[in-house]
Amino acid sequence: MIAKRIIPCLDVKEGRVVKGTNFVSLRELGYPVEMAKSYSKSGADEIVFLDISATNEGRETMMDIVEQTAKEVRVPFTVGGGVRTIDDMTRLLQAGADKVGVNSAAVTNPELITQGATRFGSQCIVVAIDAKKVGDKWHVMTHGGSKDTGIDAIKWAKEAENRGAGEILLTSVDTDGVKEGFDTPLTKAVVDTVRIPVIASGGVGAPEHFADVFSETNVSAGLAASIFHENTFTIKDVKTVCKNKGVHIRET
Amino acid sequence: MIAIVDYGMGNTKSVQNAFENLGYQTIITDDHQTLREASHIILPGVGSFQAAIEEIERRQLKQLLIELAENKPFLGICLGMQLLFTEGTEGGKTAGLDLIPGTIDRIQTDYLLPHIGWNQLNVTDNLKSFQSFDQEFVYFVHTFQAYTSKRYIVATTEYQTDITAIVNKEHIYGIQFHPEKSGKVGTKIIQAFLKEVEK
Repeated sequence: MIAKRIIPCLDVKEGRVVKGTNFVSLRELGYPVEMAKSYSKSGADEIVFLDISATNEGRETMMDIVEQTAKEVRVPFTVGGGVRTIDDMTRLLQAGADKVGVNSAAVTNPELITQGATRFGSQCIVVAIDAKKVGDKWHVMTHGGSKDTGIDAIKWAKEAENRGAGEILLTSVDTDGVKEGFDTPLTKAVVDTVRIPVIASGGVGAPEHFADVFSETNVSAGLAASIFHENTFTIKDVKTVCKNKGVHIRET
Repeated sequence: MIAIVDYGMGNTKSVQNAFENLGYQTIITDDHQTLREASHIILPGVGSFQAAIEEIERRQLKQLLIELAENKPFLGICLGMQLLFTEGTEGGKTAGLDLIPGTIDRIQTDYLLPHIGWNQLNVTDNLKSFQSFDQEFVYFVHTFQAYTSKRYIVATTEYQTDITAIVNKEHIYGIQFHPEKSGKVGTKIIQAFLKEVEK
């Protein structure tokens, strides 16, 4: 039986891992390759890097990080952040990334999903959606969760699927950094609409939150950052809780 | 020297890293002479069946690969495994390398596709080196699968239907998942292949 995936996310700024709360106030945490290596050894099913560098130097450093990670880490990893063109995708995949994440650029230019999927295969294309509750709907947010596009997030997820996305990385802007659990209603709404795997993100404060989202929705994977980086809980803690609650996970 | 066939489809570097970490010398190449001189042929790849065959034909590698598979240890990984079979339907009906009889078609399941993630192996064959992998988790990413005779199947994985995970015919092996991305277990599976073909 296929296992639910536990994924640590590393936000990388100018070559160092940082973590924002509610998409702001960044703090520095450590070296990306070392952290990815240590997470993969402790049972992470995948790694996600999100490059939030503001400079060209920072983005070049990210390419080195990708190459080094491909050499040293034996689990799949995705790189997102600032992916705007097919050329950006090509460079990341050639450097050794298994998948690329597209977010804002895909909202502006949905053809990017179609072209990426045609060129590299759907399995390489992760469409990241940042969603925020507005009235009784969820809107797609861009630019690190700060800009409301007015686009319906559920419809956008479906369109991303139709254009060839292989997975959806769904972050709730409302729960991100709050540490009271994943946004179950949002996750459920997207999971019940699309027919591709969805990764839930935003809001984890305890291992139980993973078990909750896996039992309350059919989501394929859960992603978190700060609870792992701050050594509050290990990947193993999360997997133990999930297993005890009857969630099928990969034991290592 | 282990040759990893370069035909422009996907992540050859990770496959190379996996073999080099085990202490083997490797080369990523599409050069005919280099391939002829190699000890093992590794055919990796991600993407669509039809596009892959087109790229192989464009490099005039098809006939060469078929020849090399006659006497060299040969391992296809993911799309590379699918290419070992008679034909594929992805992107239109296309002839494969036909080293193992069988067809590549869409996975018949109500579950989500692509089949992405860590799934468990059910080892169905008694190849000694592979038996210890029963119930181990390995990383899959694919939408199409091999439909072939039981006699070639070493292991399957369950995804509402049985998906062919490892195949073998003489010194030709095919692995549907990504051993190079499957942690320690993946490394051991690569070692098992190398050990089996030594015999």
